[in-house]
Amino acid sequence: MLKMENVTKTYPHRGQLVTALNRANAEIRDGDFVSVVGPSGSGKSTLLLMLGGMLSPSGGRVLWDDQSIYDLDANARAQLRKQKVGFVFQTFNLVPYLSALENVQVPLFLSNADEEEQKDRAAALLERVGLGDRLHHKPSELSVGQQQRVALARMLANDPAVILADEPTGNLDPETSRQVIDFLEEVNGEGRTIVMVTHDPRAAERAKRILRLDRGVIVSEKPGQKGRHAAA
Amino acid sequence: MKLRTLVLREIFERKSQLLTSFLAILLGITVIVSIKNITHYSEKAVAREMDSLGANVLILPKSSTLQDYYTADMQGETIPEEYVTRLAMSDLAGLDNLSPKLSMPVELQGKTFTLTGILPKSEFQAKAAWGGAGIFSRPIGCGASLGMMGSEDKKTLARKRVIDTLENDEVLVGADVAAKLGLKEADKLGMLGRSFRITAVLPQTGTVDDSRIFAHLHVVQDLSKKGPVINAIEVIGCCQEISKGLVAKINSLLPDAKVVTITQIAAAQISINRMMSNLSLMFLVIIIFVGGASIANYMYANVFERRREIGTLMALGANSGLVLRIFLLKALILGVAGGIGGYVLGTILAVVLGPKLAGVMVLPMPMLALLAVGLSVAIALVASYFPARRAAHLDPCATFQEI
Repeated sequence: MLKMENVTKTYPHRGQLVTALNRANAEIRDGDFVSVVGPSGSGKSTLLLMLGGMLSPSGGRVLWDDQSIYDLDANARAQLRKQKVGFVFQTFNLVPYLSALENVQVPLFLSNADEEEQKDRAAALLERVGLGDRLHHKPSELSVGQQQRVALARMLANDPAVILADEPTGNLDPETSRQVIDFLEEVNGEGRTIVMVTHDPRAAERAKRILRLDRGVIVSEKPGQKGRHAAA
Repeated sequence: MKLRTLVLREIFERKSQLLTSFLAILLGITVIVSIKNITHYSEKAVAREMDSLGANVLILPKSSTLQDYYTADMQGETIPEEYVTRLAMSDLAGLDNLSPKLSMPVELQGKTFTLTGILPKSEFQAKAAWGGAGIFSRPIGCGASLGMMGSEDKKTLARKRVIDTLENDEVLVGADVAAKLGLKEADKLGMLGRSFRITAVLPQTGTVDDSRIFAHLHVVQDLSKKGPVINAIEVIGCCQEISKGLVAKINSLLPDAKVVTITQIAAAQISINRMMSNLSLMFLVIIIFVGGASIANYMYANVFERRREIGTLMALGANSGLVLRIFLLKALILGVAGGIGGYVLGTILAVVLGPKLAGVMVLPMPMLALLAVGLSVAIALVASYFPARRAAHLDPCATFQEI
C-alpha cells in the first residue's frame, strides 16, 4: 500500500516560495488504479515523483507498506524502485542507441539478471505488446505508438507491484491512447497497483478512482468507470 | 546486456562527438611515444659513439691549457707517472682504461716529428699489486675497450687510444710519418741512437697523431732523460659515469692535476638529450591540459546531453554508483584505445622518422606501450571523474521534465 501523510512540497522560485503540494493525504491500496488529474502546475507530477521516491517532501511522510521511504537514502530508494516500481513516461524515455529488446532488458540488467534470462523475458514482453517482429529496431525506427509499447514492455520487465505512469497517452493519437489504457487495465487486472497522471479525461475515467489536484491540494476524489462498476 | 554493452553501444552510436577527444589523446600519446622512442635510441647511439671515441677524459699538469685535445700532451709540463698507479689502484667506477703519455720532439731525415711514449695495458696487468686491487681487477665498465685483449690489431691505437702490448724495441708510426719517411710495417727505424722495429703503420686520422711515432713510455722517458714522468693521462671513461661526476672524483684523487672532458661532445650530447627531454615534458604537459580538457569538456557535454537517459536509468532503479561506473568505463575505454592507438602510431612514426630526424635506427619499444596506455587511461579517468560524479548526482526528476 502507498500512503501520503500530510505531504507538503515547497521550493523557492525567483525569491518566492512556491507550494507544489500542500498537506496532501492519500491512500492507495494494493491493486488500485488511480488517476490523478488537474490543471498544469497543480502538483500532479510532484505527487508522482514523491510516490516514486525521487523527490523528497518538505513536510509529511510517504509510506510504502508502512515504510517511510524518505527515511532511506537515495540508493536504498533506487533499490526499492528496482524491485517494486515500473515507470512509464509521456515521452517514453527509451534509450535511443539501444534496440527495442535491449531497452526492455535495462530493468533486468539493473536487477543483475543473467543475459539469457534478460533476452528471453524481454522478447516475451515485446511479443505481449505486439512487437515480436521489432525486437532489434531502434526507437528511431519505430512509430510513436510502437515506442510507447516498448516503454510498456520495459515497465513490466521487473514484474513490478506498482506502476507509476506520467501522461502515458499524452503524445498518442486516440486509438493508440485507448490501446495503452487497455493495456494498463490488463496489468491492473493482474493485481498491480497503478497511479496514472493524465490530462486526458477519457483515460482518467478508465481508472478505479480519480484524484483531482488544484494548486497543490487534493480537492476531490471520485470513483472512475471501473470503480463505479465495482460498486454496482 | 552488460555494463560494457551499454557503454560500447553509446560510444559507437555517437562516435562523431567522441572523435575530437579521441584524436586529442591519440595525437598527444603518439607524439610522446615517438619522442621517447627516438630519444632512447638517439641516446644509446650517442653513448655508444662517445664510448667508442676512446679517451674522453684528460689528466694534465695543473698549469697546462687545453687548446687542442690532440696536442694536450705536447706542452712540456709533466706530472708523475705515479698518478697512473693511484688511478689504477683506486675503486673509481667507470674508468675503462688509462693511457699515460710522454712526448718529445724527434728529428728524422731533417723533418721534425713527435715521439710519444705510451704504456701498454700489459704493463698494468703485470704489476701484481695493481692486478689484485684496482680498476683492472674488475670487469670492464661500459665496454669501451672491449675486444682489446687477445689477438690484437695494433692499428686500433689510432681509434681506441690504448694498446695491449708494446715491446721496448717496437714502434708504431702515424700515417704522415710513414708517408714522409717511406716507412712500412716490419721496417727498421733508427732514432736517437736506438734501433726500433715498426710493428704497425697507423691509419690516417686527420689529426696530429698522424705525425707521431709511438714507442714504449719507459723507453721515451729514458730517451728524454726526464725520469718517471708523463705529460698527460688519457682516460677512457664511461660517459654515464662521467655524467655522474667521474671528473670530480678524479680531481679529488689527483688534486695537483687538471682533469678535463671532451666538453664539446659531452655538452652537445647533454644539450640534445635535455632538449628531447624538455620537448617530451612539454608535450606531456600539453597532452595533460589539452587532452584532459578536451575529454572533460566532452564528458560534461555528454552528461548534459544524456541527463534524461540518466534520469530514466535512475527511475528504473540505477544507483549513483552504477551511473558513475558507466561514465568511468567509457573514459577507461577511451583511454585504452587512445593509449594503444598512440603507441602504434607513435612507434611507426619513430621507426620511419627516427633515421631521418636523428640519424639512428629506431626499433619498437614494448615498454612504451605500458607508458602510453597508463598515461592515456590516467588522463581520461581524471578528466572524466568530475563529469561522471555530476552524472551520478543528477536529479532523476529530469526524467519528468521536458528537455
